Amino acid sequence: MFEAPVIPEAQALPGNKPMPLTVRGLMLELGGARVLHDLNLDLGPAGCTMIMGANGAGKSLLLKLLHGLMAPTAGTIEWAGTPAAQATKQQALVFQKPVLLRRSVAANVDFVLKARGKNRSKRDALLDHVGLAHKAKQPARLLSGGEAQRLALARALATDPDVLFLDEPTASLDPASVLAIEGIVSEAKARGTRVIFVTHDMGQAQRMADDVVFLHGGHVIEHSPADTFFPKPQTQAARDYLQGRIIV
Amino acid sequence: MQSLGDALGLALSLVLSGDADLLEIVALSLQVSLTATFIACLIGLPIGALVAIGRFRGRGAVLIVMNALMGLPPVVVGLLVYLHLSRSGPLGFLGLLYTPTAMIIAQTILIAPIVAALSRQVLEDLHGEYAEQFRSLCLTRLQTVQALLWDARYSLLTVGLAGFGRAVAEVGAVIIVGGNIDHLTRVMTTAIALETSKGDLALALALGIVLLVIALGVNAAVQSVRMTATRQAYV
Amino acid sequence: MLKRTFGASLIALTMAGGAMAQDQSIIVQSTTSTANSGLYDYLLPIFQEESGIQVNVVAVGTGQAIKNAENCDGDVLLVHAKPSEEKFVEAGFGTSRTDLMYNDFVIVGPAGDPAGVGGMEDVQGALSKIAGEGALFASRGDDSGTHKKEMALWGDAGVDPTAASGDWYRETGSGMGATLNAGIGMGAYVMTDRATWISFDNKQDYAIQVQGDEDMFNQYGVIPVNPEKCPSVNVEAAKAFADWLVSDAGQDAIGAYKVADQQLFFPNAPE
Repeated sequence: MFEAPVIPEAQALPGNKPMPLTVRGLMLELGGARVLHDLNLDLGPAGCTMIMGANGAGKSLLLKLLHGLMAPTAGTIEWAGTPAAQATKQQALVFQKPVLLRRSVAANVDFVLKARGKNRSKRDALLDHVGLAHKAKQPARLLSGGEAQRLALARALATDPDVLFLDEPTASLDPASVLAIEGIVSEAKARGTRVIFVTHDMGQAQRMADDVVFLHGGHVIEHSPADTFFPKPQTQAARDYLQGRIIV
Repeated sequence: MQSLGDALGLALSLVLSGDADLLEIVALSLQVSLTATFIACLIGLPIGALVAIGRFRGRGAVLIVMNALMGLPPVVVGLLVYLHLSRSGPLGFLGLLYTPTAMIIAQTILIAPIVAALSRQVLEDLHGEYAEQFRSLCLTRLQTVQALLWDARYSLLTVGLAGFGRAVAEVGAVIIVGGNIDHLTRVMTTAIALETSKGDLALALALGIVLLVIALGVNAAVQSVRMTATRQAYV
Repeated sequence: MLKRTFGASLIALTMAGGAMAQDQSIIVQSTTSTANSGLYDYLLPIFQEESGIQVNVVAVGTGQAIKNAENCDGDVLLVHAKPSEEKFVEAGFGTSRTDLMYNDFVIVGPAGDPAGVGGMEDVQGALSKIAGEGALFASRGDDSGTHKKEMALWGDAGVDPTAASGDWYRETGSGMGATLNAGIGMGAYVMTDRATWISFDNKQDYAIQVQGDEDMFNQYGVIPVNPEKCPSVNVEAAKAFADWLVSDAGQDAIGAYKVADQQLFFPNAPE
């Protein structure tokens, strides 16, 4: 069992809602197979946590559990004392493949604003923020990959989430789109949104992460600040992964 | 034997001459079947949507019943509606038998299950794509149903078309509850049945051709709407 | 577009409902034979001109017409099966039955005349011959007036054709026109009322083979539905129509109706 290291708290900004996470004895079985094992995790109240690990390590499942989209087989997940299942509404998730409604770009944002009872006048500012104001009236599903993901991000931010989950949002995007999305996420973080990020992109991880949770075979085998994880990974599996040698 | 050519010529001359009786019959056919389709959608779409997103006990049985009801024989529906609307039936006091309203009721009962069952399939497929995103957004059931119905609107148009096609083409139900009364409840299909029974096969076939052309027209209109939607990736 | 059509049809429905409810409209439960011959298309405009009453005809088999009238779904019954009609009146469903008109039944068959009954007048003899030869015969088989008459004639001829049902005796279970179409399609003899036959368009090589026997007369009666059993009946309009049919004006109109220069119905209401 690995010992959770002490993570230096990211600077809390004014207006920031602290969102510390406590996970105890988390276990998940799917179809009789155990995919996450007795997982304990403490995340600080702010900043960007990067969840890393090879394919099949359980990253996306962990993300969904933390977001309250799935119920664990055993264990507890609490955001600042609130069980994950009741915290979903204050959070947003951006999927690897954006799920866009069969409507215009603007209507996609309107839909979320309306569903959450938010003022729709925010829409133009949001689209402007992600650089899609000029495409507001276009069909959302005709956007390019990068544009589509920016729209998904705008939609996620429309809910003013306390926690923003990102599940490999930039996989298969070109470098310019990747940077644009990282810029938007960084701004959200700077405004105090707690960010939980899954990625395989090592450069992205180093640019964005405050701390790193490393999953291997359904266990958290390492959790360290970014500035120690990348130069000095503690475990062989993480070393192998960082050097591109890991084989599942 | 009267040839198809005769019938085609007759159909053409009927249409071109703007035959008043024909126009009246065509108008009533469209009025009855479009109204029935509209009401069947009002009933069938919400049911289809609720079953599509619902996870409840007995859902499998509901699906079987919905799918089986798609094959309701029109004449049975006609008979059931007749028994209810007949002066001696429970709803006889309404005086609806042998009116276009009775025909609309019968056709609505006939096609509402078709709309419900087909829309259930369409909406369930779409929900499969949206479900996780919607759960992340914590949408209510009502919000989910509304969003699915709106986003599937062009596919549902085809569902409505299937219902309309069945309604406008059936004769068994409307001839019983409408009575095929001239200038009151005579529609395309009952007129075709009448001309056939009079042995005027050419006229019957000509009316059939007109019905076919109307069906083609409605389908073409829906298709062109769908193609526009497809270009915008809204389908 | 859909909404507008819906609205328009609601308006139309209200109007239609109004038309059904008001005094000036009645429903006549009648037979396919009278409707298909075009008689009503000729008579009703004359009556409506004189009375202002709109007559809506539901044309079904006599059996179903009587059943519908018993369910109070009509104001007047105009059919041709005297025993059933008298039973209908006795049971209180109709106020009174009046002889209205007659036409006659004929047996039509293909030009080849496989049973050799062409030109016969004796209908019992002809039916016996058809049965003896096992020549195809298509029957309504639908409990209609024509079917009941046909069964009575078979009975008189001492033949039980239903024993050969599916063999040479084919029961279509359909209306007159549909049975003629089917019979002609399979080369079978068919008993039909003369009116339907004269106005029937799909004769092909068929011709009348047996006619003229008094037993083949086809008497029509008219019965207003009894308001005591059926309060929804439009009594005055129903009586007006029945009275007009048996009046001199109505009887003359019936006698004047011709198709292909042939009189189809012979008025015989009692003076």
